[in-house]
Amino acid sequence: MSASISQYKSHAKAQPVTVSKKPELSELQRQYILLTQNGLPLIPKPYDWLATELNISVEEVLAMTDQFLKSGVIRRIAAVPNHYKLGYKFNGMTVWDVKDEHASKFGNAVGKLPFVSHCYLRPRHLPQWNYNLFAMVHGKTPEEIDKYRDQIKDLLVDVLQDRSKEEIDGKPRADTNINIKTNDMLISTQILKKTGLRLKKQDSQKDGEQNV
Amino acid sequence: MSSVNTTKVNEEYQLDKLDKTLINLLQHGLPVCRSPFAAIADEVDSTEAIVIEKIENLLSHKILSRFGPMYDAACFGGAFTLSALAVPEERFEEVTKTVNKFEQIAHNYKRNNKFNMWFVIATESQQEIDEVIDEIEQETQLNVLNTPKLEEFYVGLYLPV
Repeated sequence: MSASISQYKSHAKAQPVTVSKKPELSELQRQYILLTQNGLPLIPKPYDWLATELNISVEEVLAMTDQFLKSGVIRRIAAVPNHYKLGYKFNGMTVWDVKDEHASKFGNAVGKLPFVSHCYLRPRHLPQWNYNLFAMVHGKTPEEIDKYRDQIKDLLVDVLQDRSKEEIDGKPRADTNINIKTNDMLISTQILKKTGLRLKKQDSQKDGEQNV
Repeated sequence: MSSVNTTKVNEEYQLDKLDKTLINLLQHGLPVCRSPFAAIADEVDSTEAIVIEKIENLLSHKILSRFGPMYDAACFGGAFTLSALAVPEERFEEVTKTVNKFEQIAHNYKRNNKFNMWFVIATESQQEIDEVIDEIEQETQLNVLNTPKLEEFYVGLYLPV
């Protein structure tokens, strides 16, 4: 793969990378985020506490909260379970080579499956990386995530791209070392680094749930 | 064979029915109102004080890793991408060190694929993403597979107990 690998690098640079739709945050909104990014206080009236801290009325705090939820700055106000403690010790990043014209429709359908936690369209880098749809699944056993992969496959079976007849550099793909699968599941075998993303105290740059 | 030999103290927190109900319910979200825990208590036939105590317990036993607003990182500006490297196994440790030393690398996972290292790059700008990728390529002499999201279909995690 070494000879042609540089192809996908230049291809990669040409792709639109996610530069966010950054809304202008007011100072008040920034303060709201700083006060709550570690969590909501576990007291009977958490928004009253926030109102006091921000020096505004609780009605205004509730309106700000609704607005954040509506605009998607806050995805939801909720509990995040620890996968491992709940027995969900297995996760698989399933990847699929979906025909472009069907990618959006079927991406939405895969995203609606209850066991899928993240679902994105990403660029292919042919010939080494032919997968454009990524869906993360979680389960309590290896068999469970295998089953989920099969369920996604059932959904996508008619829209997967068959590249077995394609040629690479004049050679049939089957004669190269480059994979010709329509899908795969990448299982994480080790966490090498994990840090949270936070809103900085001084400049409001970033924070939040992993969403890339 | 016997439990006498169990040196590891098992401090597994036994989830009761209310714990499980709350975990399932609270993953979906908390209502936006002045007394959200009282509202939850109504739904599960309990009291505000018990609901708050249960959530405190679930957090302190790390059964819940967070509780509160989930911010969409992308909304605060900056640029993000998911990238991968195909690292020869004998170089894996060395390349891990090189990649992890960049403060812009937020997460990094080893995965069972030819592309065996997958990491998230979080920066202030698109230009900085390109710079980090260039530097990683120069230092490792490996090509980075860059797969930024083009479209998002779903983000959320619901793990029923």
